Amino acid sequence: MKKVMSVLLAIVVTASLNAQKLTIKGSDTCLPLVQKEVEGYSKKNPNSSITVIGGGSGVGIAGLIDGSVSVAMSSRSIKMEEKQKLMDGGKTLKSATMGFDALAVVVNPANKVSQLTRQQLEDIFTGKVTNWKEVGGDDMKIVVYSRESSSGTYEFMKEHVMAKKNYAATVLSAPATGAIIQSVSQTKGAIGYVGLAYVEKNVKALSVSFDGKTFVKPSVDNAKNQTYPITRPLYYYYVSTVEADLKPYLDFALSAEGQKIVKEVGYVPVK
Amino acid sequence: MVSNLNKQLKDFKERFIEGILMVSGTVTTVAVLLIIIFLFKEGVSLFGKSPLENNISILVNEKNPLTAITAAQIKDISDQKITNWKQIGGADDSIILVTINELSTYYTDDQLGDNLQFVPDKVNELVGKTPGILGLFSTKNLGDKYTHKYLSIKDITIGSFLFGKQWFPTATPAAQMGILPLILGTLWVSFGAILFALPIGIAAAIYLAEIAGKRMRNTIKPIIELLSGIPSVVFGFFGLVVIVPIIQKLFHLDVGETGLAGSIVLAIMALPTIITVSEDAMRTTPRLMKEASLALGATQWQTIVRVIIPYSFSGISAAAILGIGRAIGETMAVIFVTGSANVIPHTLLQPMHTIPAVIAAELGEVSQGGRHYKALFALGCVLFIMTFIVNLIVQYIFSKRKHNQV
Repeated sequence: MKKVMSVLLAIVVTASLNAQKLTIKGSDTCLPLVQKEVEGYSKKNPNSSITVIGGGSGVGIAGLIDGSVSVAMSSRSIKMEEKQKLMDGGKTLKSATMGFDALAVVVNPANKVSQLTRQQLEDIFTGKVTNWKEVGGDDMKIVVYSRESSSGTYEFMKEHVMAKKNYAATVLSAPATGAIIQSVSQTKGAIGYVGLAYVEKNVKALSVSFDGKTFVKPSVDNAKNQTYPITRPLYYYYVSTVEADLKPYLDFALSAEGQKIVKEVGYVPVK
Repeated sequence: MVSNLNKQLKDFKERFIEGILMVSGTVTTVAVLLIIIFLFKEGVSLFGKSPLENNISILVNEKNPLTAITAAQIKDISDQKITNWKQIGGADDSIILVTINELSTYYTDDQLGDNLQFVPDKVNELVGKTPGILGLFSTKNLGDKYTHKYLSIKDITIGSFLFGKQWFPTATPAAQMGILPLILGTLWVSFGAILFALPIGIAAAIYLAEIAGKRMRNTIKPIIELLSGIPSVVFGFFGLVVIVPIIQKLFHLDVGETGLAGSIVLAIMALPTIITVSEDAMRTTPRLMKEASLALGATQWQTIVRVIIPYSFSGISAAAILGIGRAIGETMAVIFVTGSANVIPHTLLQPMHTIPAVIAAELGEVSQGGRHYKALFALGCVLFIMTFIVNLIVQYIFSKRKHNQV
């Protein structure tokens, strides 16, 4: 009896050692993509166990720093101070790009305005411009929706479009991308931003220009050929100690099959 | 002999049960106390801290005549609302803001070193050769190399926290930690909620206690009690999809996410408490009193207004206050519908933000032990004190009720 038990125990222990246990945590923008990638990977490698958790880019990277997770997904590049904290903890950071996401600026479908320049967007989100007639629309107050400050989208918009200026205090913040779509679709003077994959028919995506001359519509093709300016890379950040465990998964995610999933979910493939 | 043994066994059993009760009571009390101590320990440690992130120093060139700067000025500088030193009392020179993140635009990665080991030298060099510089660097980035001038900044105080008008906790480099808009938002939304919930709740309670037939009561009451079992996020989304557009159309507003929408959703959520508690209070009115009133020729309505409501007044007040307590502390429902804008509200028809919603939305993101984290705990303390006051009032009213009954 004892023998049988110890054999069973040995089997259980070795089985659990063989299975990779990895947790990927972070950006809600990356979440749908990484979930699909992990699904595809697990089908081919039934032994693997990878858990994916959302919460925001900042949450994932904070997890890397305090050691609660070994892989973070992020919709913004890691900040200098975060990198420093990691180094202070004696960890070596590695990264991989999983794909690109284009950020679409959306307005209510009834809005006459269909294109804006970067400067105009900055003025709107910092509260300098408050009426649509100042940017070529009807005489109507602009209602600005933003994501919560934990969102990588929030930081990306601030750094990439608003020249690092702070949002106006009057900006309404929505707890989720779905809430922004819902609010913009039912508020006439609304403007907000969402990931390209989330754009629906009940909101209108604006063409954007960073040079003030050529306006480009947000689409997967325009993001891929780099003509659409509000595009951002999505990253995996991980500590060097899990590199060996993570490698098979990363190879899959960057393979032709993995990149096909990127496209299916609505993001822009790396290759 | 046998009966003696039995008695001993019984004694032992009773003592055992008493022991378990005592232990669970003590454990609960200790747990609650620990949570409160933790909350206040983290919250209070915010005060006396610099509004800048840990160990960040403000560096300027020796030629700069200023000696101090405020957090609000730093934010305005990084927002480019202030671009020249003379706007804040310095010399006529444009301000060049440099933090560790901008350093890479002045020096190449090679110059800074693989492990950033040359950063202190470069910071010192840059500050020395740039008269208009405003450098924000942590002591780690300075090492012992820094030889130029520092500016001082006022620490966060209880006063600046409670009465500050700007809440930009993630603003870099200088966070703005003023919670006045949040306190006022919480009060507006809760006050509005109780304004809706109280009349409707009491009316429903009177109906259930005195007017409705037995069968009616047995159907309606479980349904009302069921309301409190619905997750609050469902109420929130219901509010966003249904109530927000109605408010927008009704008042011809630019935006429907307002304090009013929050009040209505919270009123719906507070109703079960108010109805159940005040109905129970009304039903404790002694039958003799009711019958005496009716026997004197009073109508049923007169009996309700003159006998039942006065008798159960303290119970109704307690119901109202429990309802407010629920409204003040509610999170997920309001996060969807109030618009979450950090501005000081002047009417209920404006977007506003409440304390619990801020904590829920932001606590997930903060780096543990940081200044934003502490500020959220300090917000928790403020909320705790607000609900504590509400609880004191409830206790006062309950003690008054006992006095009445004697």
